[in-house]
Amino acid sequence: MPDVRTHEPDEHDNAYAGLLVNDVHWAFGTDFEDPLAGVDTTVPDGVDPATLATYCLMLGDDALVLSQRIAEWCGNAPDLEEDIALSNIALDLLGQARLLLARAAAADGAQVPALPDGSPVPDEDRLAFFRDAPQFRNVRLAEVPGGDFARTIVRILLFSTWRLALFEELSRSRDAVLAAVAAKGVKELTYHRDFAGRWFLTLARGTDESRRRLLTGLDELWPLWAELFETHDVERAAALAGVGVDPAGLAADVDAVLDQVLAASGVTRPVSGPLPGTALAGRDGQHTAEFGALLAEMQVVARAHPRGQW
Amino acid sequence: MTGQVRGEWPLYEVFVRGKRGLNHVHVGSLHAPDDQLALRHARDVYTRRNEGVSIWVVRSSAITASSPDEKDPLFAPSGDKVYRHPTFYEIPDDVPHM
Repeated sequence: MPDVRTHEPDEHDNAYAGLLVNDVHWAFGTDFEDPLAGVDTTVPDGVDPATLATYCLMLGDDALVLSQRIAEWCGNAPDLEEDIALSNIALDLLGQARLLLARAAAADGAQVPALPDGSPVPDEDRLAFFRDAPQFRNVRLAEVPGGDFARTIVRILLFSTWRLALFEELSRSRDAVLAAVAAKGVKELTYHRDFAGRWFLTLARGTDESRRRLLTGLDELWPLWAELFETHDVERAAALAGVGVDPAGLAADVDAVLDQVLAASGVTRPVSGPLPGTALAGRDGQHTAEFGALLAEMQVVARAHPRGQW
Repeated sequence: MTGQVRGEWPLYEVFVRGKRGLNHVHVGSLHAPDDQLALRHARDVYTRRNEGVSIWVVRSSAITASSPDEKDPLFAPSGDKVYRHPTFYEIPDDVPHM
Protein backbone atom coordinates (compact mmCIF):
# COMPACT_ATOMS: atom_id res chain seq x y z
CA MET A 1 0.00 0.00 0.00
CA PRO A 2 1.52 3.38 -0.95
CA ASP A 3 2.42 5.97 1.60
CA VAL A 4 -0.85 7.48 2.80
CA ARG A 5 -0.66 11.22 3.28
CA THR A 6 -3.82 13.22 3.64
CA HIS A 7 -2.67 16.69 4.61
CA GLU A 8 0.45 18.69 4.12
CA PRO A 9 1.69 19.85 7.55
CA ASP A 10 0.30 23.38 7.30
CA GLU A 11 -2.68 22.74 5.08
CA HIS A 12 -5.66 22.30 7.36
CA ASP A 13 -7.46 25.25 5.79
CA ASN A 14 -7.51 23.70 2.32
CA ALA A 15 -10.88 22.01 1.82
CA TYR A 16 -9.53 19.92 -1.01
CA ALA A 17 -6.39 18.73 0.73
CA GLY A 18 -7.80 15.61 2.30
CA LEU A 19 -10.01 14.63 -0.57
CA LEU A 20 -7.69 12.94 -2.97
CA VAL A 21 -5.06 10.93 -1.28
CA ASN A 22 -1.62 12.26 -2.20
CA ASP A 23 -3.09 14.64 -4.78
CA VAL A 24 -4.15 18.09 -3.70
CA HIS A 25 -4.99 19.04 -7.29
CA TRP A 26 -8.06 16.85 -7.40
CA ALA A 27 -10.28 19.90 -7.97
CA PHE A 28 -8.80 20.27 -11.42
CA GLY A 29 -10.57 17.08 -12.41
CA THR A 30 -9.09 13.89 -13.75
CA ASP A 31 -9.43 11.48 -16.61
CA PHE A 32 -10.48 13.65 -19.51
CA GLU A 33 -11.72 11.27 -22.18
CA ASP A 34 -12.72 11.58 -25.82
CA PRO A 35 -15.70 9.30 -26.36
CA LEU A 36 -15.27 9.28 -30.12
CA ALA A 37 -11.62 8.28 -30.13
CA GLY A 38 -10.95 5.36 -32.45
CA VAL A 39 -14.47 5.14 -33.91
CA ASP A 40 -14.65 3.93 -37.52
CA THR A 41 -15.92 6.81 -39.69
CA THR A 42 -16.64 5.01 -42.97
CA VAL A 43 -20.24 5.10 -44.21
CA PRO A 44 -21.81 1.63 -43.75
CA ASP A 45 -22.63 -0.51 -46.81
CA GLY A 46 -25.94 0.03 -48.52
CA VAL A 47 -26.41 3.50 -47.05
CA ASP A 48 -26.81 6.49 -49.35
CA PRO A 49 -24.27 9.07 -48.08
CA ALA A 50 -26.58 12.00 -48.86
CA THR A 51 -29.38 10.42 -46.83
CA LEU A 52 -27.08 9.79 -43.90
CA ALA A 53 -25.74 13.35 -44.07
CA THR A 54 -29.20 14.92 -44.17
CA TYR A 55 -30.33 12.72 -41.29
CA CYS A 56 -27.35 13.84 -39.22
CA LEU A 57 -28.16 17.45 -40.10
CA MET A 58 -31.70 16.98 -38.83
CA LEU A 59 -30.59 15.70 -35.44
CA GLY A 60 -27.71 18.16 -35.31
CA ASP A 61 -29.86 21.17 -36.14
CA ASP A 62 -32.34 20.21 -33.42
CA ALA A 63 -29.54 20.39 -30.88
CA LEU A 64 -27.85 23.46 -32.37
CA VAL A 65 -30.99 25.59 -32.49
CA LEU A 66 -32.22 24.61 -29.03
CA SER A 67 -28.74 25.20 -27.63
CA GLN A 68 -28.84 28.72 -29.04
CA ARG A 69 -32.27 29.34 -27.48
CA ILE A 70 -31.24 28.04 -24.04
CA ALA A 71 -28.01 30.01 -24.20
CA GLU A 72 -30.12 33.17 -24.22
CA TRP A 73 -30.54 32.51 -20.50
CA CYS A 74 -26.81 32.83 -19.86
CA GLY A 75 -26.46 35.85 -17.59
CA ASN A 76 -30.25 36.26 -17.41
CA ALA A 77 -31.42 33.35 -15.29
CA PRO A 78 -33.29 33.90 -12.03
CA ASP A 79 -30.44 32.61 -9.88
CA LEU A 80 -26.77 31.69 -10.23
CA GLU A 81 -27.42 27.98 -9.96
CA GLU A 82 -30.08 28.08 -12.69
CA ASP A 83 -27.75 30.09 -14.90
CA ILE A 84 -25.06 27.45 -14.68
CA ALA A 85 -27.55 24.59 -15.04
CA LEU A 86 -29.13 26.03 -18.19
CA SER A 87 -25.74 26.89 -19.65
CA ASN A 88 -24.59 23.33 -18.99
CA ILE A 89 -27.61 21.99 -20.84
CA ALA A 90 -26.95 24.33 -23.75
CA LEU A 91 -23.32 23.24 -23.86
CA ASP A 92 -24.24 19.55 -23.83
CA LEU A 93 -26.56 20.13 -26.78
CA LEU A 94 -23.92 22.19 -28.58
CA GLY A 95 -21.48 19.30 -28.21
CA GLN A 96 -24.01 16.90 -29.70
CA ALA A 97 -24.65 19.34 -32.55
CA ARG A 98 -20.98 19.65 -33.31
CA LEU A 99 -20.43 15.91 -33.51
CA LEU A 100 -23.53 15.38 -35.64
CA LEU A 101 -22.73 18.21 -38.05
CA ALA A 102 -19.18 16.92 -38.37
CA ARG A 103 -20.59 13.48 -39.16
CA ALA A 104 -22.87 14.98 -41.81
CA ALA A 105 -19.94 16.73 -43.45
CA ALA A 106 -17.80 13.61 -43.34
CA ALA A 107 -20.55 11.48 -44.91
CA ASP A 108 -21.36 13.88 -47.75
CA GLY A 109 -19.30 17.01 -48.26
CA ALA A 110 -21.66 18.35 -50.93
CA GLN A 111 -23.91 19.99 -48.36
CA VAL A 112 -21.12 22.00 -46.74
CA PRO A 113 -21.19 25.68 -47.79
CA ALA A 114 -18.17 26.80 -49.75
CA LEU A 115 -15.89 29.44 -48.29
CA PRO A 116 -12.95 31.40 -49.79
CA ASP A 117 -9.86 29.29 -50.47
CA GLY A 118 -7.63 28.78 -47.53
CA SER A 119 -10.29 29.51 -44.93
CA PRO A 120 -9.50 27.43 -41.86
CA VAL A 121 -13.15 27.24 -40.74
CA PRO A 122 -13.95 23.53 -40.09
CA ASP A 123 -16.83 21.79 -41.87
CA GLU A 124 -19.16 21.62 -38.88
CA ASP A 125 -18.71 25.36 -38.33
CA ARG A 126 -19.43 26.03 -41.99
CA LEU A 127 -22.65 24.07 -41.70
CA ALA A 128 -23.64 25.87 -38.53
CA PHE A 129 -22.84 29.43 -39.51
CA PHE A 130 -23.05 29.67 -43.28
CA ARG A 131 -26.28 27.87 -44.14
CA ASP A 132 -29.47 29.84 -44.66
CA ALA A 133 -32.79 29.27 -42.92
CA PRO A 134 -34.36 26.98 -45.57
CA GLN A 135 -31.40 24.65 -45.25
CA PHE A 136 -31.89 24.08 -41.54
CA ARG A 137 -33.75 20.89 -40.74
CA ASN A 138 -34.66 21.30 -37.09
CA VAL A 139 -38.11 20.72 -35.62
CA ARG A 140 -39.97 23.89 -34.72
CA LEU A 141 -40.09 23.04 -31.02
CA ALA A 142 -36.39 23.85 -30.91
CA GLU A 143 -36.65 27.26 -32.51
CA VAL A 144 -39.63 29.03 -30.92
CA PRO A 145 -38.76 31.86 -28.51
CA GLY A 146 -37.88 30.88 -24.97
CA GLY A 147 -40.46 32.77 -22.97
CA ASP A 148 -40.23 32.66 -19.20
CA PHE A 149 -38.47 30.14 -17.01
CA ALA A 150 -41.50 27.86 -16.70
CA ARG A 151 -41.93 27.68 -20.47
CA THR A 152 -38.23 26.94 -20.87
CA ILE A 153 -38.51 24.08 -18.40
CA VAL A 154 -41.50 22.64 -20.27
CA ARG A 155 -39.61 22.86 -23.54
CA ILE A 156 -36.53 21.15 -22.14
CA LEU A 157 -38.73 18.42 -20.65
CA LEU A 158 -40.58 17.74 -23.90
CA PHE A 159 -37.47 17.91 -26.05
CA SER A 160 -35.20 15.82 -23.85
CA THR A 161 -37.82 13.13 -23.20
CA TRP A 162 -38.31 12.72 -26.95
CA ARG A 163 -34.64 12.96 -27.83
CA LEU A 164 -33.59 10.53 -25.08
CA ALA A 165 -35.95 7.87 -26.45
CA LEU A 166 -34.60 8.57 -29.93
CA PHE A 167 -30.97 8.38 -28.86
CA GLU A 168 -31.49 5.18 -26.89
CA GLU A 169 -32.56 3.54 -30.13
CA LEU A 170 -29.92 5.36 -32.16
CA SER A 171 -27.15 3.90 -29.99
CA ARG A 172 -27.84 0.67 -31.92
CA SER A 173 -27.31 2.34 -35.30
CA ARG A 174 -25.31 0.58 -37.99
CA ASP A 175 -23.28 3.74 -38.36
CA ALA A 176 -20.55 3.54 -35.73
CA VAL A 177 -20.21 7.30 -35.31
CA LEU A 178 -23.95 7.84 -34.80
CA ALA A 179 -24.04 4.98 -32.33
CA ALA A 180 -21.17 6.52 -30.35
CA VAL A 181 -22.69 10.01 -30.41
CA ALA A 182 -26.00 8.57 -29.26
CA ALA A 183 -24.42 6.57 -26.45
CA LYS A 184 -22.72 9.69 -25.13
CA GLY A 185 -25.85 11.77 -25.63
CA VAL A 186 -28.01 9.36 -23.65
CA LYS A 187 -26.11 10.20 -20.46
CA GLU A 188 -26.48 13.92 -21.06
CA LEU A 189 -30.16 13.75 -22.02
CA THR A 190 -30.99 11.56 -19.02
CA TYR A 191 -29.82 14.38 -16.80
CA HIS A 192 -31.62 17.06 -18.84
CA ARG A 193 -34.87 15.14 -18.57
CA ASP A 194 -34.36 14.57 -14.85
CA PHE A 195 -33.55 18.23 -14.24
CA ALA A 196 -36.53 19.48 -16.22
CA GLY A 197 -38.82 16.90 -14.64
CA ARG A 198 -37.75 17.99 -11.14
CA TRP A 199 -38.40 21.62 -11.96
CA PHE A 200 -41.71 20.76 -13.60
CA LEU A 201 -42.79 19.10 -10.38
CA THR A 202 -41.54 21.97 -8.22
CA LEU A 203 -43.27 24.61 -10.32
CA ALA A 204 -46.50 22.63 -10.57
CA ARG A 205 -46.71 22.05 -6.82
CA GLY A 206 -45.29 25.43 -5.86
CA THR A 207 -47.21 28.66 -5.80
CA ASP A 208 -50.30 29.67 -7.78
CA GLU A 209 -48.08 31.90 -9.91
CA SER A 210 -45.59 29.17 -10.78
CA ARG A 211 -48.36 26.72 -11.62
CA ARG A 212 -50.14 29.25 -13.81
CA ARG A 213 -47.00 29.99 -15.77
CA LEU A 214 -46.19 26.30 -16.14
CA LEU A 215 -49.63 25.45 -17.50
CA THR A 216 -49.52 28.42 -19.87
CA GLY A 217 -46.15 27.31 -21.19
CA LEU A 218 -47.38 23.75 -21.65
CA ASP A 219 -50.46 24.91 -23.55
CA GLU A 220 -48.40 27.15 -25.80
CA LEU A 221 -45.82 24.50 -26.65
CA TRP A 222 -48.14 21.53 -26.99
CA PRO A 223 -49.13 22.22 -30.64
CA LEU A 224 -45.47 21.61 -31.56
CA TRP A 225 -45.36 18.18 -29.92
CA ALA A 226 -46.94 16.23 -32.79
CA GLU A 227 -44.26 17.36 -35.25
CA LEU A 228 -41.65 15.38 -33.29
CA PHE A 229 -43.32 12.10 -34.24
CA GLU A 230 -43.96 12.76 -37.92
CA THR A 231 -41.68 10.71 -40.17
CA HIS A 232 -39.86 12.55 -42.93
CA ASP A 233 -38.80 10.67 -46.07
CA VAL A 234 -35.16 11.00 -45.10
CA GLU A 235 -35.87 9.62 -41.63
CA ARG A 236 -37.80 6.73 -43.15
CA ALA A 237 -34.93 5.96 -45.52
CA ALA A 238 -32.37 6.21 -42.72
CA ALA A 239 -34.41 3.89 -40.49
CA LEU A 240 -34.80 1.34 -43.31
CA ALA A 241 -31.04 1.43 -43.88
CA GLY A 242 -30.50 0.68 -40.21
CA VAL A 243 -28.65 3.90 -39.42
CA GLY A 244 -31.54 6.05 -38.21
CA VAL A 245 -34.67 5.89 -36.05
CA ASP A 246 -38.25 6.34 -37.20
CA PRO A 247 -39.66 8.84 -34.71
CA ALA A 248 -43.22 7.57 -35.10
CA GLY A 249 -42.22 4.42 -33.24
CA LEU A 250 -41.16 6.40 -30.18
CA ALA A 251 -44.55 7.86 -29.37
CA ALA A 252 -45.73 5.11 -27.03
CA ASP A 253 -42.66 5.10 -24.79
CA VAL A 254 -42.33 8.85 -24.71
CA ASP A 255 -45.99 9.30 -23.84
CA ALA A 256 -45.63 6.84 -20.99
CA VAL A 257 -42.77 8.85 -19.45
CA LEU A 258 -44.51 12.15 -19.96
CA ASP A 259 -47.67 10.83 -18.36
CA GLN A 260 -45.69 9.93 -15.25
CA VAL A 261 -44.41 13.48 -14.89
CA LEU A 262 -47.83 14.96 -15.54
CA ALA A 263 -49.47 12.63 -13.03
CA ALA A 264 -46.92 13.40 -10.30
CA SER A 265 -47.40 17.11 -10.94
CA GLY A 266 -51.17 16.97 -11.01
CA VAL A 267 -51.26 18.39 -14.54
CA THR A 268 -53.63 17.15 -17.23
CA ARG A 269 -52.31 16.52 -20.71
CA PRO A 270 -53.32 19.34 -23.08
CA VAL A 271 -55.69 18.48 -25.91
CA SER A 272 -54.80 21.14 -28.47
CA GLY A 273 -53.99 19.82 -31.91
CA PRO A 274 -50.86 20.40 -33.99
CA LEU A 275 -50.04 23.73 -35.63
CA PRO A 276 -52.02 24.46 -38.76
CA GLY A 277 -50.18 23.97 -42.01
CA THR A 278 -47.82 21.20 -42.94
CA ALA A 279 -46.95 18.81 -40.15
CA LEU A 280 -43.30 18.47 -41.13
CA ALA A 281 -42.47 22.12 -41.67
CA GLY A 282 -39.20 22.20 -39.76
CA ARG A 283 -37.75 19.04 -41.28
CA ASP A 284 -38.44 20.51 -44.74
CA GLY A 285 -36.70 23.77 -44.03
CA GLN A 286 -39.82 25.82 -43.34
CA HIS A 287 -39.43 27.76 -40.15
CA THR A 288 -41.21 30.26 -37.95
CA ALA A 289 -40.86 33.99 -38.38
CA GLU A 290 -38.57 34.32 -35.36
CA PHE A 291 -36.11 31.79 -36.74
CA GLY A 292 -34.57 34.42 -38.99
CA ALA A 293 -33.67 36.59 -36.03
CA LEU A 294 -32.19 33.62 -34.15
CA LEU A 295 -30.05 32.69 -37.13
CA ALA A 296 -28.93 36.26 -37.71
CA GLU A 297 -27.70 36.56 -34.14
CA MET A 298 -26.01 33.16 -34.20
CA GLN A 299 -24.24 33.63 -37.51
CA VAL A 300 -23.38 37.31 -37.71
CA VAL A 301 -19.84 37.10 -36.34
CA ALA A 302 -18.81 34.08 -38.40
CA ARG A 303 -20.29 35.48 -41.60
CA ALA A 304 -18.46 38.76 -41.12
CA HIS A 305 -15.16 36.84 -41.16
CA PRO A 306 -15.38 33.92 -43.62
CA ARG A 307 -11.62 33.58 -43.58
CA GLY A 308 -11.78 32.94 -39.85
CA GLN A 309 -9.33 35.68 -39.04
CA TRP A 310 -9.61 39.14 -37.56
CA MET B 1 -49.20 25.73 -0.48
CA THR B 2 -49.20 27.30 2.97
CA GLY B 3 -46.50 29.34 4.65
CA GLN B 4 -45.08 32.73 3.95
CA VAL B 5 -43.29 33.52 0.74
CA ARG B 6 -39.63 34.21 1.42
CA GLY B 7 -37.26 36.26 -0.69
CA GLU B 8 -34.63 33.57 -1.03
CA TRP B 9 -34.40 29.82 -1.26
CA PRO B 10 -32.94 27.91 1.70
CA LEU B 11 -29.18 27.50 1.85
CA TYR B 12 -27.57 24.09 1.45
CA GLU B 13 -24.03 22.96 2.20
CA VAL B 14 -22.48 20.71 -0.45
CA PHE B 15 -20.08 17.82 0.16
CA VAL B 16 -18.38 16.01 -2.72
CA ARG B 17 -16.32 12.84 -2.75
CA GLY B 18 -13.72 12.51 -5.45
CA LYS B 19 -12.98 9.38 -7.44
CA ARG B 20 -9.93 8.46 -5.40
CA GLY B 21 -11.00 10.15 -2.21
CA LEU B 22 -11.86 8.44 1.00
CA ASN B 23 -14.49 10.83 2.33
CA HIS B 24 -16.83 13.62 1.35
CA VAL B 25 -15.33 17.08 1.58
CA HIS B 26 -17.18 20.37 1.96
CA VAL B 27 -16.82 22.30 -1.29
CA GLY B 28 -19.25 25.15 -0.86
CA SER B 29 -22.88 26.11 -0.56
CA LEU B 30 -25.81 27.05 -2.78
CA HIS B 31 -29.49 27.97 -2.74
CA ALA B 32 -32.23 25.65 -3.92
CA PRO B 33 -35.99 25.30 -3.46
CA ASP B 34 -35.81 21.77 -2.03
CA ASP B 35 -33.50 18.83 -1.32
CA GLN B 36 -33.76 17.10 -4.69
CA LEU B 37 -33.12 20.25 -6.69
CA ALA B 38 -30.24 21.07 -4.34
CA LEU B 39 -28.64 17.83 -5.48
CA ARG B 40 -29.08 18.77 -9.14
CA HIS B 41 -27.71 22.25 -8.50
CA ALA B 42 -24.71 20.81 -6.69
CA ARG B 43 -24.03 18.55 -9.67
CA ASP B 44 -24.21 21.55 -12.01
CA VAL B 45 -22.18 23.97 -9.94
CA TYR B 46 -19.59 21.82 -8.18
CA THR B 47 -18.83 18.87 -10.45
CA ARG B 48 -18.19 20.47 -13.84
CA ARG B 49 -14.63 19.24 -14.15
CA ASN B 50 -15.17 15.57 -13.56
CA GLU B 51 -14.26 15.94 -9.89
CA GLY B 52 -16.71 13.76 -8.08
CA VAL B 53 -18.49 10.45 -7.77
CA SER B 54 -20.79 11.27 -4.89
CA ILE B 55 -22.62 14.34 -3.64
CA TRP B 56 -24.21 15.05 -0.30
CA VAL B 57 -26.33 18.13 0.29
CA VAL B 58 -27.42 19.18 3.75
CA ARG B 59 -29.70 22.04 4.62
CA SER B 60 -27.51 24.59 6.39
CA SER B 61 -30.08 25.02 9.14
CA ALA B 62 -29.56 21.35 10.02
CA ILE B 63 -25.91 21.94 10.85
CA THR B 64 -24.91 22.91 14.36
CA ALA B 65 -21.54 24.63 14.38
CA SER B 66 -19.22 25.79 17.12
CA SER B 67 -18.83 29.52 17.53
CA PRO B 68 -15.46 31.26 17.05
CA ASP B 69 -15.96 32.94 20.44
CA GLU B 70 -15.81 29.53 22.09
CA LYS B 71 -12.51 28.62 20.48
CA ASP B 72 -10.48 28.95 23.66
CA PRO B 73 -12.64 26.90 26.04
CA LEU B 74 -13.28 24.23 23.38
CA PHE B 75 -9.83 23.69 21.91
CA ALA B 76 -7.05 25.20 24.02
CA PRO B 77 -7.15 22.70 26.93
CA SER B 78 -6.15 19.79 24.66
CA GLY B 79 -2.95 21.54 23.69
CA ASP B 80 -0.88 20.78 26.77
CA LYS B 81 -1.79 17.15 27.38
CA VAL B 82 1.18 15.38 25.96
CA TYR B 83 0.11 12.02 27.42
CA ARG B 84 -2.69 11.83 24.83
CA HIS B 85 -0.21 11.50 21.99
CA PRO B 86 1.09 8.01 21.16
CA THR B 87 4.70 9.08 20.93
CA PHE B 88 6.21 7.20 23.83
CA TYR B 89 6.49 3.83 22.11
CA GLU B 90 9.42 2.59 20.06
CA ILE B 91 8.12 1.20 16.77
CA PRO B 92 10.07 -1.80 15.52
CA ASP B 93 11.52 -1.34 12.04
CA ASP B 94 9.49 -4.09 10.41
CA VAL B 95 6.08 -2.65 11.38
CA PRO B 96 4.94 -0.53 8.38
CA HIS B 97 2.93 2.68 8.08
CA MET B 98 2.92 4.10 11.56
